[in-house]
Amino acid sequence: MDLTFSDREEAFRVEARAWLEANVPRESIPSGDTAEGFALHKRWEKKLFEARWSAVSWPKKYGGREASLLEWLIFEEEYYRAGGPQRIAQNGIFLLAPTLFEFGTEEQKDRILLRMASADDLWAQGWSEPNAGSDLAGIKSVAVRDESRGGWRLSGQKTWCTRGAFCDWMFGLFRSDTSAERHRGLTYFLVPLRTKGVTVRSVDRLDGDAGFAEVFLDDVFVPDRDVLGRVHDGWNVAMATASSERGLSLRSPGRFQATAKRLVDLYTRYGDGSDPSLRDAVVRAWMDAEAYALYTLQTVSRVSGGGTIGAEASLNKIFWSEMDVRMHETALRVLGAHAELVDGAPDAIDGGAWMKGFEFALAGPIYAGTNEIQKNVVAERVLGLPRK
Amino acid sequence: MRFAFTEEQQMLKDSVRALLARECAPTAVRAAWSNADGRVPGLWAKLAALGVVGVTAPETHGGLGLGAIELVAIAEEAGRAALPEPLIETTAVALPLLAEIRDPETNARWLAAIASGSAGVSVRLGGAPHAAYAHAADLLLLQRDDELHAVGRDAVTLEAQRSVDGTRRLSRVTWTPEKATCIARGATARQAVAEAIDRGSLAASAELLGLAQRMIDMTVDYTKIREQFGKPIGSFQAVKHHMAEALSALEIARPVVYRAAWSVATSAPDRATHVSMGKAFASDAALVVAKKALQCHGAIGYSFEHDLHLWMKRAWALAAAWGDAASHRARVGAALFGAQFSMASTR
Repeated sequence: MDLTFSDREEAFRVEARAWLEANVPRESIPSGDTAEGFALHKRWEKKLFEARWSAVSWPKKYGGREASLLEWLIFEEEYYRAGGPQRIAQNGIFLLAPTLFEFGTEEQKDRILLRMASADDLWAQGWSEPNAGSDLAGIKSVAVRDESRGGWRLSGQKTWCTRGAFCDWMFGLFRSDTSAERHRGLTYFLVPLRTKGVTVRSVDRLDGDAGFAEVFLDDVFVPDRDVLGRVHDGWNVAMATASSERGLSLRSPGRFQATAKRLVDLYTRYGDGSDPSLRDAVVRAWMDAEAYALYTLQTVSRVSGGGTIGAEASLNKIFWSEMDVRMHETALRVLGAHAELVDGAPDAIDGGAWMKGFEFALAGPIYAGTNEIQKNVVAERVLGLPRK
Repeated sequence: MRFAFTEEQQMLKDSVRALLARECAPTAVRAAWSNADGRVPGLWAKLAALGVVGVTAPETHGGLGLGAIELVAIAEEAGRAALPEPLIETTAVALPLLAEIRDPETNARWLAAIASGSAGVSVRLGGAPHAAYAHAADLLLLQRDDELHAVGRDAVTLEAQRSVDGTRRLSRVTWTPEKATCIARGATARQAVAEAIDRGSLAASAELLGLAQRMIDMTVDYTKIREQFGKPIGSFQAVKHHMAEALSALEIARPVVYRAAWSVATSAPDRATHVSMGKAFASDAALVVAKKALQCHGAIGYSFEHDLHLWMKRAWALAAAWGDAASHRARVGAALFGAQFSMASTR
């Protein structure tokens, strides 16, 4: 057992910290889930890219630094420690890219990754459909073969596409063989959103921001070069993405540690010191964030030693999503009657960010596979309980 | 950075596990409940022969001279087997404490004897109300204010206290401090005792991990074969969710305890806080797991005849001993918010 960082890792941290301290905007940028905020966030993503910080773990030719998993964790920790803005490029960088690295052709990687790292193309995910949420294999959107043009014609409806109204591309699953059952007969497609036959309608989230979109596809042509992985093998390809989403890359510990630190600070400024249960909740939140960081380090050690992230990723997702809700609930308790003040109300504390954060946290147990589904996965695939 | 046991540490862990699987089966744990001393006959000597008892004792006194990481690896296996022996008191607390105090006479007489298993030791430190396995001890390490005393069994009066865990033989210790029994005082004693209590908390945390893991294993095995409505109850979502929550609580606690071991082993400045985090997580996890395990076993788990309670009751006892989750969180809070922590709050 050795919990120390190497000189190289420490040097990486120093470099990241220095750059972030000099470059993270002092003023917070409006939410990236609004048109105005999205444009500003895109500019920030470009700045990250230009300094090679947008996708640190990637190969240099795609704009990365070939950072190790551990260095990636260090970067994330420093990023959130410095108060870095929300990452609007994350669905591409953290969800699609790992799948591209595993299943993509050289042509696809060369064409897509650099533009993703530089935020020239921003990506939305296209998993859910109106009647396929937790039951993702129940998707109905279809891909019909167009042999003459060398591609597929997509039709159907995708929903809950994060920032879909502002994105350029979407990745998702379509039913390419309607005679096959459920998980079989699906193909993973990369779909341009600004093309003939695509209609994107933004959908406001719980907090009122246009963070979601519905995407309607009406006979949209997608060439063969935009199929990711093998035809009809989309479920396996997608699950690779899903496990990186839950397992490591979507929610690094750094952001929760930063939230916990802000909560401790909030409590010391405004907390009711006469309420020991409130103090205990704050301590618990801080400990939870530490525990999650340690849990992640353990996972990184395992992966670096040749192990894989399998169904254990579901445990991870359950933990961080529930922790995030608890931390924000605790912050709202600290704020008391001020908690309800939002959107820069003159008397709002921290601009009302805690209520906004609470609303966002509430989505955690729902997206990326509801926690109920994750618990089934843990019980069946980690503990080995019978499926039926 | 390698957040995992080394090959040597894993081998030690595996060998303890194998020994306990052979020598400390559930039947032996159950039998220990009705033994005079609450222990498994002959087992302590076998553990000593393997080097387990003296793993933390200096090599000059017949020990292996190893540290907190090996201690945690062993204690986790002790928990898995619900080992009814004074491992925490002896290996985690007394041996390193004596080695730290370096009282020549006491150490010459006792260290090697304890490490080899031929002499027994018990401790009552901090705010702990009772000493475990004191009846079987030849020597007791007792704290009073800022003095630490090494007292022979003959010089104390023990009043037995029944624990919910029938193997945990507890006693109230009545004794009179003598000048001759005092082996450390003042800041030296305070510091050494605080570190000893932390090692006790750390070992208890690791035992709780092992206890929780075993309760999960037992429950998974049972819910796979127990059928109701024509299928295994483990196929029902309500049962699956209980078990996923149990595993989730355990798995998040594990790295926190291991990190505490690392911090103690390397004398990290935050080690006390890290130990407290580990004990808080491990105590909470074991209690959650115990509750879920009982619920998923249903009525059979509620019977005295079934083995689950042997593990569950140990978990209840150890979750509260060496400081419960709330008192350890309070200590973390004191570090976070800069307040003072007094040793008395480790109940």
